[in-house]
Amino acid sequence: MELTGAEITIRCLQEEDAEYVFGYPGGAVLHIYDALFTQDQVKHILVRHEQAAIHAADGYARSTDKVGVALVTSGPGVTNAVTGIATAYMDSIPMVIISGQVPTYAIGEDAFQEVDTVGITRPCVKHNFLVKDVKEIASTIKKAFYLAKSGRPGPVLVDIPKDISCQKTEFSYPASVSIRSYNPAQHSDLEQIKSAVQLLLAAKRPMIYAGGGVILADASKQLTELVHLLGFPCTNTLMGLGGYPATDKQFVGMLGMHGTYEANMGMQYCDVLLAVGARFDDRVVGNVKHFNQEKRKIIHIDIDPSSISKRVKVDLPIVGDVAHVLNDLLAELHGSQKKPDQQAIAPWWAQIKEWRGKNSLVYKKSDEIIKPQFVIEKLYEVTQGDAFITSDVGQHQMWAAQYYKFDKPRRWINSGGLGTMGFGLPAAMGVQLAHPDAHVACVTGEGSIQMCIQELSTCKQFQLPLKIIMLNNRYLGMVRQWQQFFHGNRYAESYMDALPDFVKLAEAYGHVGMRIEKPSDVEPALKEAFGRKQQLVFMDFITDQTENVFPMVQGGKGLSEVILAEDL
Amino acid sequence: MRHIISLLMENEAGALSRVSGLFSARGYNIESLTVAPTENATLSRMTIVTSGSDEVIEQIYKQLNKLIEVVAVMDLSEGGHLERELMLVKVRAEGAVREEMKRMTDIFRGCIIDVSDKTYTIELTGACQKLESFLQAIDRSLILETVRTGASGIGRGDRILKL
Repeated sequence: MELTGAEITIRCLQEEDAEYVFGYPGGAVLHIYDALFTQDQVKHILVRHEQAAIHAADGYARSTDKVGVALVTSGPGVTNAVTGIATAYMDSIPMVIISGQVPTYAIGEDAFQEVDTVGITRPCVKHNFLVKDVKEIASTIKKAFYLAKSGRPGPVLVDIPKDISCQKTEFSYPASVSIRSYNPAQHSDLEQIKSAVQLLLAAKRPMIYAGGGVILADASKQLTELVHLLGFPCTNTLMGLGGYPATDKQFVGMLGMHGTYEANMGMQYCDVLLAVGARFDDRVVGNVKHFNQEKRKIIHIDIDPSSISKRVKVDLPIVGDVAHVLNDLLAELHGSQKKPDQQAIAPWWAQIKEWRGKNSLVYKKSDEIIKPQFVIEKLYEVTQGDAFITSDVGQHQMWAAQYYKFDKPRRWINSGGLGTMGFGLPAAMGVQLAHPDAHVACVTGEGSIQMCIQELSTCKQFQLPLKIIMLNNRYLGMVRQWQQFFHGNRYAESYMDALPDFVKLAEAYGHVGMRIEKPSDVEPALKEAFGRKQQLVFMDFITDQTENVFPMVQGGKGLSEVILAEDL
Repeated sequence: MRHIISLLMENEAGALSRVSGLFSARGYNIESLTVAPTENATLSRMTIVTSGSDEVIEQIYKQLNKLIEVVAVMDLSEGGHLERELMLVKVRAEGAVREEMKRMTDIFRGCIIDVSDKTYTIELTGACQKLESFLQAIDRSLILETVRTGASGIGRGDRILKL
């Protein structure tokens, strides 16, 4: 039987076991929506803005090991989606975006709602396709899912012109796919594994630095086993949190611009560094020249060869899937004559203990004003460390990363690479749909939340009982912090004036709103909110306006040049 | 340092823009870029002349390889290779200059492929340096227009870039 291109598109999503598609209809995708309407296997989540569709698919993908799926129309549908696509691209999130396009005969004529989708999205997708023949829809979507999930994951866009989606052809979904120009590495060279083990076992001041690649590869178990076996300290990047259990005694906290003192000092002064699924980005190692002043051997495991020696020259690259490589390393270690020597690294641990003694995450408690860090600590306690936490971007994001101790992977969902304000709420929707019975909280600020606040309506429609933890300091806090440090306290446009009454706003959308102004009310309010299992609760925490995020490695500085709260 | 990078890619619409987009997005230099289909109609071969530090060239190589439609990449300058470029030069050729211009063309093993009473059009093939030398050897004020293809490169002997 012949199917239309639109019906084929939906059949493909069914074949890929897509549970949800996040989207927004429009002219160029009407045939596809029509095909969605006549089936109920793939459920559609109607967002209120296309950016949110992509973030929601993103949150869904990050909290599971599945590919997120989004559907948007041509022109403004696509341009609205670009922020979301770039967010997913920077964090290597597997996603397939289907976009409508004007009919093939109108392409290039500046048709209504026409935009060069393939051109606009090219720099922020892993790959994209314009389908010009209905017979190619199935094979293209098959390729899109394969590309999105394999190798270094990423978003893949399939642009389908309207006339193609209504033409008919026979449907058959390819059982397998191979692309001659695309062969991502899997296993690594055994010689390099051997060399890596030798280097690790000879280390006197070792450090393991693990990033988002561990989470994407579902390699937390292997990483934890390796760290325990070696007895080395381990740090996570912002993207890697939860990849190694934060409550473990070998964990030294997050590193980087707002990382702990011990993690950053350990990174700077180690003699052997094992980097696992991390990319030495500017927010992590700061000034590369300063980082390179200390001599150390670096072993770098990454699926993407272009991540290796991009910013920091490495001595021993191991290209491959992180889980496979860690399995190989574990096997080699188990079989090795030489065993890890805890005596040899004891002085190093003593040094780390001394650094830890700085207690770099300490902050001034208050009985009168709510400290933002305190809210996160209480959030951790009330949810017993077992919630899914999404965040937006800014100070609240850093506090959530610092004070919520993630013991499991895929629990910390944030826009690390692109730093997209507006990410938190729609991402939380995707997470909640993937985990209907779990506690899902979005830690946000009064700046970020307003960038996608319209999604409160989506949450109502689909009964998503999120908990919104808004740290309201009436400032774009991170901007204000930088202005305080680097721009002589000139707070240009960083004050949030004319804020809405968020409690009433939440109520207007049909949710529960709470305003919390006293430290003693924080815990009871959180308990009450999480007790409301069926309702979205929007919590407006009025926090200390001038609190800053510490420790801080300022832009252009080295990791050991960190500023602590006590220094000021 | 100057490098000549050769690559094979799927002969598909938009593939060229992925390569040129990569160079502009990441701030890499392009001195010249040439592309045409190969004997296998599904593949295009591109020669890119670029320059940069060893680290930058390494990144260019890796980033090109990362493009989904790129089948194979080779840095020709890492080994023995040949480089050729075609140039067409239209010069004013009148009076005594006419004879001089013919002589210079012969010396550089070029040929005059179009003649009018006031102009010659000279075709010249060679490595980039040779074309530069020719332009320096003739009277600049006589040049009416030049058009160059950019370099094409190929490895010597057993250095073969194929699927």
